[in-house]
Amino acid sequence: MSKDMSYAAVMARKNEIMKKAIGIDYSVFESGGISFDYERMMREAGYTLEEMQQIQAETSVGNTPIVELKNLTALARKLAPKGKGARIFIKDEAANPSGSFKARRAATAIYHAKKHGYKGVVTATSGNYGAAVASQAAKRGLKCIVVQECYDSRMVGQPEILEKQRACEAYGAEVVQLTVGPELFYTFLTLLEETGYFNASLYTPFGIAGVETLGYELAMQFREKIGRDPDKVVITHAGGGNVTGTARGLLKAGAKDVEVVGASVDLSGLHMASDRDFNRKSFTTGHTGFGIPFATWPDRADVPRNAARPLRYLDRYVLVKQGEVFYITEALSVLEGLERGPAGNTSLTAAFALAQEMDEDQIIVVQETEYTGAGKHPLPQLTFAKKNGIEILFGNPDRDEPGKNIILPAHPSDIKIRDYDIDKARASYIKNCINNYKVTEITKEDFEFLVRDAKTDDSFVEGVLSELNVKIK
Amino acid sequence: MISAKKGDWVQIRQIVLKPEERAPQVPEDTKKVPLELWVKGIAQEDAKIGSTVEIVTATGRKVRGELTAVNPRYIHDYGDFVPELLKVDMQLKEILFGGDSNE
Ligand SMILES: Cc1ncc(COP(=O)(O)O)c(C=O)c1O
Repeated sequence: MSKDMSYAAVMARKNEIMKKAIGIDYSVFESGGISFDYERMMREAGYTLEEMQQIQAETSVGNTPIVELKNLTALARKLAPKGKGARIFIKDEAANPSGSFKARRAATAIYHAKKHGYKGVVTATSGNYGAAVASQAAKRGLKCIVVQECYDSRMVGQPEILEKQRACEAYGAEVVQLTVGPELFYTFLTLLEETGYFNASLYTPFGIAGVETLGYELAMQFREKIGRDPDKVVITHAGGGNVTGTARGLLKAGAKDVEVVGASVDLSGLHMASDRDFNRKSFTTGHTGFGIPFATWPDRADVPRNAARPLRYLDRYVLVKQGEVFYITEALSVLEGLERGPAGNTSLTAAFALAQEMDEDQIIVVQETEYTGAGKHPLPQLTFAKKNGIEILFGNPDRDEPGKNIILPAHPSDIKIRDYDIDKARASYIKNCINNYKVTEITKEDFEFLVRDAKTDDSFVEGVLSELNVKIK
Repeated sequence: MISAKKGDWVQIRQIVLKPEERAPQVPEDTKKVPLELWVKGIAQEDAKIGSTVEIVTATGRKVRGELTAVNPRYIHDYGDFVPELLKVDMQLKEILFGGDSNE
């Protein structure tokens, strides 16, 4: 019997395919409405911290060093008012097997797939996670397919994604590459159905929980080294797993007073599914094109309930510009002797500006680095930008227009952060819940869930609901 | 004309969706072009560039598509030299380690 493989037919089989490919019965955690039992899902479908530390240790993931960036701190102090300029530290996650923190997510996912008897895994990602899954699958002897959105219609690939293809293939994976478009999901489903492999989604409870070890380790390392918790942790934010996992790990370590700051590159104006815009951006992750949609509607992911829920954990969300991140990437290299990849430098850029608001005896931590190299480095990225007609200028980065130009700061004092109004994100999340569930009244349980999931209070949620004419039963 | 021998490592292309089959939510420019797919594997027969060939991928899947490359090269690199970055590097070192005139 041959199945109907048309786009509509495969999309209609989505739930059935997904259930087989993840092995989690999400209905157990559902209330039937907007709310679901997030903590129960994380407890029952995930692993304990001790189990994850063990799983990750088996494949040499984690326990990455903390490095104090003394020269960058000195530079920040030169620019800051007297007495200001916090100590800047970075957690060198590039030391993980595949060169980024994504190894933590992949380690638990692959362990889980193997334990449940899957012969292989499929993952849909153009980023470091693909390399991480391929690397962990190699180590545990599973087959691996990585599905990438890679090319525009001229078959021109973003250099960073081409490097990810190479890395995945180096780890023995099959890489399926597509042109731009959300229908990647269709191809992904057909591959899951054809192979019967596990869906190593970025957004399962075990994947997200895999990042908890990062936050936990970080707190423990600071207590050992400095004798106390840091004041702020800055986290590059895209799909929300980095923020969610790190913050949960900090909480598990009891580091309740640490301010959790998310940072993304501001790519406003560029459409993520546009064939033309695709190769006009110089960052493939850690940008607002993922950061805002995933914060305001996490359940857009490839699982029924996303375990990455950044609004639950963010205290502050700040934006930086492409040109500023290139500038700080150079600074990390020439002032600190560390050549590291793009995504981690987004939070580093934010930290450099934030440090200047903080007192000298305070501590700010950038919780990751990633590997760099051909395709990922500022040289190939700016070369690629120029080839795509993007102007590289010096000046005030605030005047940049993503897709048209990149403005390198004329002076490091031009580097700053722009606060994204989290209340706006919260309101938008609540609205998305109401619209997606198409309801005009919600239960008390839903109401309490929204308060928790948006990390806000009763009156804020009441306010948004009354604007939408939604009643509480 | 480049051609592949049975057993060669090759790349093939497929059209997954024609422009008229694209999802309703995609932007206009994307809707004008097909959704294309590339994958690599071992050619199961001799073939010329542009002709249809069956491959076996790294996970053992059999896939048919149009032959696009034989022993495909990784084309990404370190790009051209970008003088703007040198300017940044020199400025940073000057500000932090430079002479008194910068104090
Ligand atoms: C190195 C690196 N840092 C940060 C991120 C952002 O993480 P998340 O998507 O979980 O927000 C990614 C992933 O896209 C990444 O690869």
